[in-house]
Amino acid sequence: MAIKKYLDVQPTRRNVLTGLAATGAATALPGFTPYVQAQSAAPIRIGFQVHRTGIGAAYGRWYDRTTTAAAKVINDAGGINGRPVEIIAEDDGTDPKRGAEVIEKFTTHHKADIAFGTLFSHVVIGSAPRAGELKMPYFVVSEGHHVASGMLNRYTLQPGITDVKSQVQAMAPFVADNLGKKVTMIFPDFAFGHDHRDYFSAAVEAQGGEVVAKIAIPPTETSFTKYFPKIPRNTDVIYHVMVGPAVLTFVKEMGEFFGSSRPEIFGFIDSLEAVDLKTPGLEFLEGTYFWEGNPRYAQANQSEHDKFYRAAVGVDQNGASVSDGKDVSTYAHMFGCWETLHIIKAGMEASGYQGPSDRAKLIEAVEAMTNMPLSQAHPQGAKMFNGKTHQVFGHQYITQVKGGRLELAHTTSIEDTMYPDEVDYTSQSF
Amino acid sequence: MEFGPHLILAMLEGLVQASVLTLTALGLSLVFGVMRVVNVAHGEFFMLGAVFAYAITDWLTGSAAVGFLAALIIAPLLVAALAVVCDRMILRRLDYDPERTIVATIGILYVLQQVTLMTYGPDAHPVTPPFNQRLAIPWFEFTDTGLEFYFPWGLSTTSYKLFVIAAACVAGLGIWILMARSKLGLILRATQLDRETAQAFGIPVERVYAFVFGLGAAIAALGAVLVVPIQQAHYLMGGDPLLLSFIVVIIGGLGSLRGTVVAAILIGMSNGVISVFFTPTLAKILATLLVAFVLVYRPAGLFGTKVA
Amino acid sequence: MSRELSLHLSLITLLFALHFILPEYHHGNLARVMVLAVYAMAYNVMFGYTGLLSLGHAMFFCAGMYGMGLSMRLYEISAGPASVIGLGVSAVFALLIGLLALRTIGVGFMIVTLMFSQAIFLTILYFNPITRGDEGFVIPQAARQIADIDLSDSGNRYFAALILFSICLLAVLKLVRAPTGRVLIAIRENEERAKMLGYDIWAHKLGAVVMSGTMAGAAGAAYGLLFGTVGASFAEVPFSILPLLYVLLGGPGTVIGPFVGTLFMFYLRDLSSALTDAHMLVAGVVLILLTLYARRGIMGLIREKWLKWLP
Repeated sequence: MAIKKYLDVQPTRRNVLTGLAATGAATALPGFTPYVQAQSAAPIRIGFQVHRTGIGAAYGRWYDRTTTAAAKVINDAGGINGRPVEIIAEDDGTDPKRGAEVIEKFTTHHKADIAFGTLFSHVVIGSAPRAGELKMPYFVVSEGHHVASGMLNRYTLQPGITDVKSQVQAMAPFVADNLGKKVTMIFPDFAFGHDHRDYFSAAVEAQGGEVVAKIAIPPTETSFTKYFPKIPRNTDVIYHVMVGPAVLTFVKEMGEFFGSSRPEIFGFIDSLEAVDLKTPGLEFLEGTYFWEGNPRYAQANQSEHDKFYRAAVGVDQNGASVSDGKDVSTYAHMFGCWETLHIIKAGMEASGYQGPSDRAKLIEAVEAMTNMPLSQAHPQGAKMFNGKTHQVFGHQYITQVKGGRLELAHTTSIEDTMYPDEVDYTSQSF
Repeated sequence: MEFGPHLILAMLEGLVQASVLTLTALGLSLVFGVMRVVNVAHGEFFMLGAVFAYAITDWLTGSAAVGFLAALIIAPLLVAALAVVCDRMILRRLDYDPERTIVATIGILYVLQQVTLMTYGPDAHPVTPPFNQRLAIPWFEFTDTGLEFYFPWGLSTTSYKLFVIAAACVAGLGIWILMARSKLGLILRATQLDRETAQAFGIPVERVYAFVFGLGAAIAALGAVLVVPIQQAHYLMGGDPLLLSFIVVIIGGLGSLRGTVVAAILIGMSNGVISVFFTPTLAKILATLLVAFVLVYRPAGLFGTKVA
Repeated sequence: MSRELSLHLSLITLLFALHFILPEYHHGNLARVMVLAVYAMAYNVMFGYTGLLSLGHAMFFCAGMYGMGLSMRLYEISAGPASVIGLGVSAVFALLIGLLALRTIGVGFMIVTLMFSQAIFLTILYFNPITRGDEGFVIPQAARQIADIDLSDSGNRYFAALILFSICLLAVLKLVRAPTGRVLIAIRENEERAKMLGYDIWAHKLGAVVMSGTMAGAAGAAYGLLFGTVGASFAEVPFSILPLLYVLLGGPGTVIGPFVGTLFMFYLRDLSSALTDAHMLVAGVVLILLTLYARRGIMGLIREKWLKWLP
């Protein structure tokens, strides 16, 4: 009977297949012996909290693909401590309330070892308290400053992707030196946008610049032209960051507003994540600059690790799916899943993780990490992890639109992105 | 931007929004007025118009104009057919009981939205407009030499947006002609006035209802096809239009198509104009409260003849 | 003891017993379900019994949640008094909204409540520095204690939810069997006739709104306190639609119906998540089938066919 089955711990159809596939793939490899010698061949169960529906669904799709690819690569190489990785995915609907319920489900029902993968900040904040109470390590891939701000708990970490504060602050020198000192900021009127507003204003003023206008756009807005008149005439450079399904409309209408006489423009690639640069209406972006967490187009100095990563995930030289050139990926964010899974592996192996009773040891092992060089595990670039704030810092890339592609114009140093610690989670007890 | 040009731009944008809103709200108003039922899935019919438009233009490789024209004709028809199916299979069996219809249409909303998610996917996809030229708009100022025209920075619209306004006017006119000047319109108005008497006169009320439900959905879908080259087609795009159409229909007054049009223009325009003066979130708060208080102190709406 | 009372007391006893039996996952779920069921019962008082369909109940839930949460966050008031403040805020707020919204009826009432709820949502976003907008804020685990009982412990949490649920369940039962409750039902059935019989319609409706709003606020304060987060997503339109769904499924106009509906919807979502991403599709189909074939909801159906005395 369905009810009885459900009351026991049952692997779902999805994770059974994943487990079988992982095991099957491993048996086909010559390095199969590690499994036989492992103390326990039971899989490491990783709960993947993914935005399958709701406003984050477009990102969730690519997070899903990247996570599956990373798990396969890890399993092909022998798994973690000889144990295969099993990804158990649950949709949180990009909803904080459901996010907390999913964390609970991972811990008490699926008996997962850890939880990972959330992107949207409000879901992270809704879920993290529950993870802390349940003593469940929660590795988020969110870009939010919430982890490093001290708002959360010792069980929540963000070792695979840099946060908004460090990204924004690192952009100020380039913008002030190369594009102009008078900046108009356009951002979404919610926490993510406010972070951009606050951190960039402070950073650019430190460079001798000035924010002449701050235009906040309501999150569910679908038509943007009426906001552009607020841009002051004396603006040197427009700084824009937008998220959600309407980003393409935003960029197109911005182009229509300026016509042929546009100021300098510096945007975050969030405004164009999963959008094809060749879409009609985006021609005006030629010559403008973007922050990219990870350059979408393969560059001349492409590392072998980026090549490997693209092949594994199924993304081509233009950052689109190999099976559909129009299906553009969320390249600037999804690498976080790949790197986080590799860090989880490194942490588990360093701490000799056997099972849920070793969760605290796992966290301590990750807190002890510092330098993370460019490698197959970190294809986006070298990183520096701050164990006290649970936040990682890395290179930030600035690219320029040239001939319909995004060409690398500048890479910041990791030090440029750092800021003083706001919390020391290691002083907190488990 | 100076105040004058800013206001003009806001009003132009407001007109575009109002045009689409008028069509969407007219669809709801028709269904509401004739059938006396609240269709919570109305926004999903709107969304499907946009999604079908994307599918049609994507499938028909070739010039954007041809694809768009095909979408303009086919998408509303497809949505209408779907709506008629919903009516026959579900709403008719509920005997159009108001409360049960609300619940059933909430169910239909979920079904349509989720099926779209499963097939079309969670991403937003653009549709290329058939034409889209940027048109700079001149403004005037008084100088020493008298009245002079110049082109303020940023004051512009596009040829496509003007087309949307024109198309909505044509469609609105068409609906008015249908309702006020045709036999079909007479039948619809008769059914709206008094269902039993209409039936006594031999009007096939059940078929009229199916037709109206389909027509209401088609008009909304038409609005969506018009707006999709400006916005994108996304599976969640039906929520806001639903909310706004409801507000428009209630404020305009139940049973009054003219009230719907007036309210749609007012609300569509004010959305843009208020943002000239206030920050967007504050503007939205004020607009929302305004709607609430209009209803509290004038429950029949602007043109309504009876209390809901 | 009347069979009505014993039925409801046995439900409470069953829930009490389940604490000792249920596996950890379902135990946690049930705690959530009980708090959400209080929200649904509040909605039922207005909709199921008085016939007032509101589309903005999330605002009452949030009045309680933010009343409690902001007291703790800004003024460092402890959990117990903060909850009382949350309750007070939602009662006053419900009174205000009732005074305004009851000037409309039917569809107008629906839209007005929807509009006020939207305005509250936008206001929460607007005052971002205080409320932290859509991200919301966390109530630290250390602060979630009443009389030294740690509410983040799963056992204590379950009992806190159970106590709140039981009080509200019995309160609604009492209301429904009392003359006031009968008047509410009369208003639902035919307002003109009730007026003609001499009852003060307006006062009764206002009372229903205040009771409903306060109970929803209690659910909001409890949810924030027991689960540790306060956020604007609880003020959005889908969260206002949820209690309507729960009540319709469970049986509007029955006392147990909201709980049954909440439980059913929760597990419907949970179980269908394992099969498909489009779990709301299943919910939609179930809704359509219910309205077609079981319009009185689950408990309503049971009342019609077997237990005619069910309140």
